[in-house]
Amino acid sequence: MSAGALASPQAWLRAQARWHPVEVAFWLATLAPYWLFPDYLVLASQIAITALFALSLDLILGYAGIVSLGHAAFFGLGAYTAGLAAKYGWGEPISGLVLGALVAGVVGYAASFIVARFRHLALIMITLGMGLLLVEAANSASWLTGGNDGLQGVKMWPIFNAFRFDLYGVTAYTYALAALFLVFLLARRIIHSPFGLSLRGIRDNATRMPALGAPSRAHLRTIYTIAAVMAGVAGALLAQTTETVSLESLGFQRSADVLVMLILGGTGRLYGGLVGAIIFMVARDQFSGNTPQFWYFWIGMLLIAVVMFLPNGILGGLAKLTASWRRA
Amino acid sequence: MSAALSTHGLDKSFGSLTVARDIALELPQGARYALIGPNGAGKTTLINLMTGLLRPDAGEIRLGGAPITALPPAERVRRGLVRTFQINTLFPNLNPLEAVTLAVCERDGLARRWWQRVTAHAGAIDEAHAILSTLMLGNDCYRPTRELPYGRQRLLEIALALATRPKVLLLDEPAAGVPRDESRELFEVVAGLSREIAVLFIEHDMNFVFRFASRIIVMVGGRILREGTPDEIAADPAVREVYLGQSRQGARQDLHPVLRPGAHHG
Amino acid sequence: MIGPVIGVLFDGFAYGMLLFLLSVGLSVTLGTMNFVNLAHCAFAMLGGYVTVTLMNQLTWPFFATLPFAFLAAALVSVLFERVLFRRLYRASDLDQVLLTIGLAFVSVAAAAYIYGTLQQPVQMPPYLRGSVTVAGVSFAAYRLFLIGTALVITLALVGALEYTRFGAQVRAAVDNQRMARGLGINVNGVFAVSFALGSGLAGLGGALAIEIVGLDPSFAFTYLIYVLIVISVGGLGSIGGSFAAATLIGISDVAGKYYLPELGSFLIYLVMLVVLMWRPAGLFGRR
Repeated sequence: MSAGALASPQAWLRAQARWHPVEVAFWLATLAPYWLFPDYLVLASQIAITALFALSLDLILGYAGIVSLGHAAFFGLGAYTAGLAAKYGWGEPISGLVLGALVAGVVGYAASFIVARFRHLALIMITLGMGLLLVEAANSASWLTGGNDGLQGVKMWPIFNAFRFDLYGVTAYTYALAALFLVFLLARRIIHSPFGLSLRGIRDNATRMPALGAPSRAHLRTIYTIAAVMAGVAGALLAQTTETVSLESLGFQRSADVLVMLILGGTGRLYGGLVGAIIFMVARDQFSGNTPQFWYFWIGMLLIAVVMFLPNGILGGLAKLTASWRRA
Repeated sequence: MSAALSTHGLDKSFGSLTVARDIALELPQGARYALIGPNGAGKTTLINLMTGLLRPDAGEIRLGGAPITALPPAERVRRGLVRTFQINTLFPNLNPLEAVTLAVCERDGLARRWWQRVTAHAGAIDEAHAILSTLMLGNDCYRPTRELPYGRQRLLEIALALATRPKVLLLDEPAAGVPRDESRELFEVVAGLSREIAVLFIEHDMNFVFRFASRIIVMVGGRILREGTPDEIAADPAVREVYLGQSRQGARQDLHPVLRPGAHHG
Repeated sequence: MIGPVIGVLFDGFAYGMLLFLLSVGLSVTLGTMNFVNLAHCAFAMLGGYVTVTLMNQLTWPFFATLPFAFLAAALVSVLFERVLFRRLYRASDLDQVLLTIGLAFVSVAAAAYIYGTLQQPVQMPPYLRGSVTVAGVSFAAYRLFLIGTALVITLALVGALEYTRFGAQVRAAVDNQRMARGLGINVNGVFAVSFALGSGLAGLGGALAIEIVGLDPSFAFTYLIYVLIVISVGGLGSIGGSFAAATLIGISDVAGKYYLPELGSFLIYLVMLVVLMWRPAGLFGRR
């Protein structure tokens, strides 16, 4: 900490953006499942997809302060778009992914004009309402979406014409992990950009921003659109790796679950969503079994415990712990 | 040469409560004006009207001669009308360097660029650091704002405002809450403000007012009671009554030294 | 064809009254204490299960169980308020949301564990089953009872607010907390009593809901969404707002499901979005 007084301002800012060894270790560890858990690669790919979704929510919630209960709308839009593309003959994964992201982004851009205008309860309810509306629309348009039965007949071609989606999930995991990493790099760049600084300003004190001449609403629209694109990527990945899409990809449960994961891991730290997703999904896989009530009970207790004792999530708690070790 | 900031016939009421009545004032370029008055006189309300946080019921506001009454707050800032807040309105989790860099980037339109590293903008960072050094915050610029002592935070308030390159600066009680031992830095900073900026400050601290103001405006009950040089205001009986209530014999001792008749100041 | 229209309006109004009872407490709590209590419908659910238990295990008559549904919900809510909620009055919206959602999850799991996941069957007393026919249109007796109860309660609430000393204290505390404290009003006590009252009403609503919509553990969340819609449309802290919004939403929902069944709940979400975009603070909301 004292070294900061000697560093130049540029150097200090550069140091903030530098890759921490723990980060490098984290990403190296994501390669471990290939050797350590080869039977769980399908689960691992699902975790990577969910982590990507959580990351997209962190950008709007943790960095810009937009509390959204309808973020799954973009996940579902990406999923259905990619699924429909494959169903109607175009099974090429990468372009399907881009298409899904694009559709989610366009809808996100349109929605951002509404979302950026509201705060507090009105914002929460508007995002919830828009999400619920989309679910109802998807349900009624069952000729397109398959309704309650889900989208059938999604057949993916091999990636780069060489890597087939196999039963063991090797291709799926590699694909999902690569997408996650690339989007993560993008998110990291955004956070360390002048735009990222403005977002943190909006989150820290929304009143001060217009007093600095900042166009807060335009900034919020931008990040909301970017987050929609990222969520669309995650959704498209789900459609492509599982070759199925259902209404729950758009639903309230998915929006709520990802919120829980993000809180668990800690918002505004970029890795919070990733850590939260890993813990949540692994726990759910182990514990939910045939009694979903059991799962709900423990998630409920966990939420209460996190709010009471770990208000900044697990990463926040770890940060405090390491800070106190450093001081001691 | 048109005034840096002027208002004319400004009115504002909340139901039956009139908070501003026929406010007309002119702030010439390079001015150092003080706005004083008892609590509830409408001083902060006037600042809110000028900056666009409140919309007036009637009247107009001009910045450098151009009308700005219909403009939103952020646009007024971009044209050079900037304020500080009576209660620190800062970014608790950013440090001063980040906060002022943010202000500079916003000013220069760099804030939209989500694809560039902030460290790529050396000019903005250097300017931010220079502003902070001028305001004696250079050594603290890496500590999160919430960890800074109150007086330093108050300086950061001004730093943020200066980063926007204001033509008119409205300081809302800059000395409020600053402990004695930290107020010297504040005084130096205000004294060092560029003569190209027109400054209007609200203050209750009479030392501050009589030190810096070339002209004083007294507001009471939403109206401008008096306007004049410090000497004129100090001698004005109506002003004294406002600050004392009934004028009584022994009451002269309660007067702030600068307001006592025959006092020397400046 | 005026028959179906009247029927829809009547059913919609009755449903709206139920939503009002369920929502008014949360609207007041959010508007006065600024505390986002998403476990509110879990208290409602508690009231429902109290009635079920008393009627099915102890064979109490329906009416006798209602005050206990109210009391149980009120007392349990006070318990949670003392132990858990008051630590979060200064916390962020998000933290309050998460804590109370966590509580709702736990209560759903507990309800499923104790009572199972199926809807609870209860037998209404004979004079509430059946209908009354006026001018050729038949009105279900239970719904008439529901409307009557809700109107009586609304009048009682408004009367208490306007004409009692406690009501005056509540209005003062809502208008300007600091000033009210300065006048010596025990603001915390006032809020605690309003909180208990609101939760109690939710419990009563839960008990009354059994016959209309059925009771199972998912009640805590399914109706939470309706309640949130009602309070955001009506405006926080407003009894009149909750009443108007509940009526609007109740009728819209019944009308929507009757005339456009394929669209499901589409209509009320649309109504909510339109109202919020026009008036973000709700129809009768402040600021």
